[in-house]
Amino acid sequence: MKSKNAEKYILELKNVSKAFPGVQALNNINFNLKKGEVHSLVGENGAGKSTLLKILAGAYKKDTGVITLKGEEVKITDPKQALDLGISVIYQEFNLIPNLSIAENIFMGRAPRKKSGFIDFLKLHDDAVFFLKKIGMKKDPKTLVTELSVAEQQMVEIAKSLSLSAGIIVMDEPTSALTESEKETLFKIIGELKEKEVSVVFISHIIEEVLEISDRITVLRDGEYVKTVNAMDTTPQKIIRMMVGRELKDFYPKIEAKKGKIVLEVKNLTKKSKYEDISFRLHEGEVLGFAGLVGSGRAEVMRGIFGIETPASGEIYIRGNKVKVNSIFETIKMKMGFVPEDRREEGLILSRSVKDNINITKLSGINSYGFVKKQKEEEIADKYRKRLNIRTPNTQQIVQNLSGGNQQKIVIAKWLAIDPRILILDDPTRGIDVGAKKEIYSLINDLAKEKIGIILISSELPEILNISDRILVMREGRITGEFTRKEATQEKIMQLAALKN
Amino acid sequence: MDFKDVLKSTEFGIFIAFLALCAILSFATPNFLSIYNISTVMKQVSFIAIISVGMTMVILTAGIDLSVGAVLGLVNVLAALFITKFGLAAGISSALLCGSFLGFVNGIIIVKWSLPPFIVTLGMMNIARGLALVITKGWPITGLPECFGCLAEGRLIGVPVPVIIMIIVYILGYLFLSRTIWGRYIYASGGNEKATWLSGVNVNKIKILVYTITGFLSGLAGIMLASRLSQGSPITGTGYELSVIGAVVIGGTDLMGGKGSVLGSLIGASIMGVLANGLVLLGVSAFWQQVILGVVIIIAVAGGSMRRKLLSKGES
Repeated sequence: MKSKNAEKYILELKNVSKAFPGVQALNNINFNLKKGEVHSLVGENGAGKSTLLKILAGAYKKDTGVITLKGEEVKITDPKQALDLGISVIYQEFNLIPNLSIAENIFMGRAPRKKSGFIDFLKLHDDAVFFLKKIGMKKDPKTLVTELSVAEQQMVEIAKSLSLSAGIIVMDEPTSALTESEKETLFKIIGELKEKEVSVVFISHIIEEVLEISDRITVLRDGEYVKTVNAMDTTPQKIIRMMVGRELKDFYPKIEAKKGKIVLEVKNLTKKSKYEDISFRLHEGEVLGFAGLVGSGRAEVMRGIFGIETPASGEIYIRGNKVKVNSIFETIKMKMGFVPEDRREEGLILSRSVKDNINITKLSGINSYGFVKKQKEEEIADKYRKRLNIRTPNTQQIVQNLSGGNQQKIVIAKWLAIDPRILILDDPTRGIDVGAKKEIYSLINDLAKEKIGIILISSELPEILNISDRILVMREGRITGEFTRKEATQEKIMQLAALKN
Repeated sequence: MDFKDVLKSTEFGIFIAFLALCAILSFATPNFLSIYNISTVMKQVSFIAIISVGMTMVILTAGIDLSVGAVLGLVNVLAALFITKFGLAAGISSALLCGSFLGFVNGIIIVKWSLPPFIVTLGMMNIARGLALVITKGWPITGLPECFGCLAEGRLIGVPVPVIIMIIVYILGYLFLSRTIWGRYIYASGGNEKATWLSGVNVNKIKILVYTITGFLSGLAGIMLASRLSQGSPITGTGYELSVIGAVVIGGTDLMGGKGSVLGSLIGASIMGVLANGLVLLGVSAFWQQVILGVVIIIAVAGGSMRRKLLSKGES
């Protein structure tokens, strides 16, 4: 028997719950999806978005509740079955095989065969072109996936979903690795999917883009269903209030710090085909924002200054002293800290404790004859746990088990432990929840007050605009402009970041 | 660490398995629990167990050292040679130096040329074994002074000297890994090498250090074996690398690096020793012993990984 909502909703979740030992990850969640609709799921980390996504993908089984698809109750028991039902999930980490071609990836395990049993490559490529065209991708289907940009890989994933005749595509943080222009392309594709009556479940941290792309938005908080609203009738402030259960006043708190002496001076830093002729100064207590698109060379410049990837030429002065340009050991000794973009790969030792991670930069200073002063070690860990409000039962906790926001705080804490004079933050709020973001903004303020010179790279323009005292814009490896906090606007920056003069 | 953590630890799980094995064997054969037998087993285990301390450190950094058996063999020969030529003290210390140097060379090559440890130490395994044969022309070196024999055959308050040396090595290894900054760095670089380097830790130095320590301990075991057999033989320690890696892996140290302890390796080595001894006492043929040992290694690792999965499920 079909329910009366059968025409209205292609997918309906009613009172879906899921518990893990010790946590109620989802509690009586309701969610429905119309044909050709973009319906976003938002919530802080731990709100239950990923659990819900994994239930739809067949990776987890729900405990209770009902899922109906086109009016019929279904049980999604494994990923294969989810695909058969027409639900395709595009994870943040793509499921592509780098050393195979686009076409082979799209038809992974389903490649057309000749009578002899060998793969019919002609048909394979024709079929691939058919689906690539649907999303406006012009790449040769024989191109290896490893040669594609992140955005292009994502498009391959979407083409793959379409080839599986998925009526529902779930996208988990699809924009997190995209540049501004790539994001626009993605949104255009999503628009086209809608026209083809494909429904999209869109998961993102960035409220502005959720409002831009969605028809409806469902907010989750701590595993509970909060509300579903029409994107037209709401505002970012309202969404954030629903997500956190409180209003975040002064989301970007900014206290102008007093500018002090020059702590860092970079002269003519150059690395071929990465960046050229980069010169700037950073003062004590100043937050210097670096704006630019992904690939503009901002991150590479910072990695060059810190000594990770050696620049070809140029000079670096820290507090007036010239430093060798290829030694991370030297820059750290000069009290420079670097919070990398990819905290899991480069920032943290996930298998070790909070205490060990915070103290890693500090051990050489807290030992006698090589033996670690355990009490000192615990004091330091505890000090920063309190100061940065790292939410963990104790400092023995393995870092892997903590949320993204808390992990990021640990990476920052490890640099605060060396009492830094310069701190480089490469996209410090990437993929962390709203509450933790705000805490990190306040922290940046406090650190500036303590006369630390801070360089901030961010993929979110509002963040750079609101947190920085001064903003440098980079495009194609060169600095293309400089603004004070007062002069800068989103439009001015985008113009210098994206357009040729 | 409170009591609950102890119960949850990998070492505790292996220790229970060890006790169970001992219990079964003491029921199955009356001779197992005799003081004489236990001290024989411990003595046999000590050579493997001593090298396992170094191997644990190497594997903790996500490396591997296949050359330990061959380094042991070469140092075994060199020790015999040096002692007959320069006397006891000078002979032992120069042989130890050679073992450390071979380990150091492993480390330097791995680090400077960024080569996989598996390949480098495989090469070193052949080089060391070959040199041992070149030096001796395939014949054992004899004529060692009688007093040198007490290193392996002597007893101190009833405990065999090799066992005492083993205990000292374990205490030092344990303190080194759990209390010193280098121990912290070893765990850190095995857990995430890049993040550790980006925190200002000279990961290369740490790697060279662990291979050097392993070379030193292989050399130490080589000298002890020279004392035990009162000769230097170029084929000593053949196949030891597999027993040592087996002991470390049974002991719960993760081949991917970052997780494990010397305590686990000691229990791992003991399990292998007790099992071999028990099978002899039970009259199982030497050929079957090897089969059973292989099965035990696989079961131990599978059991460990299942345990970890169960425990991590309970946490999330």
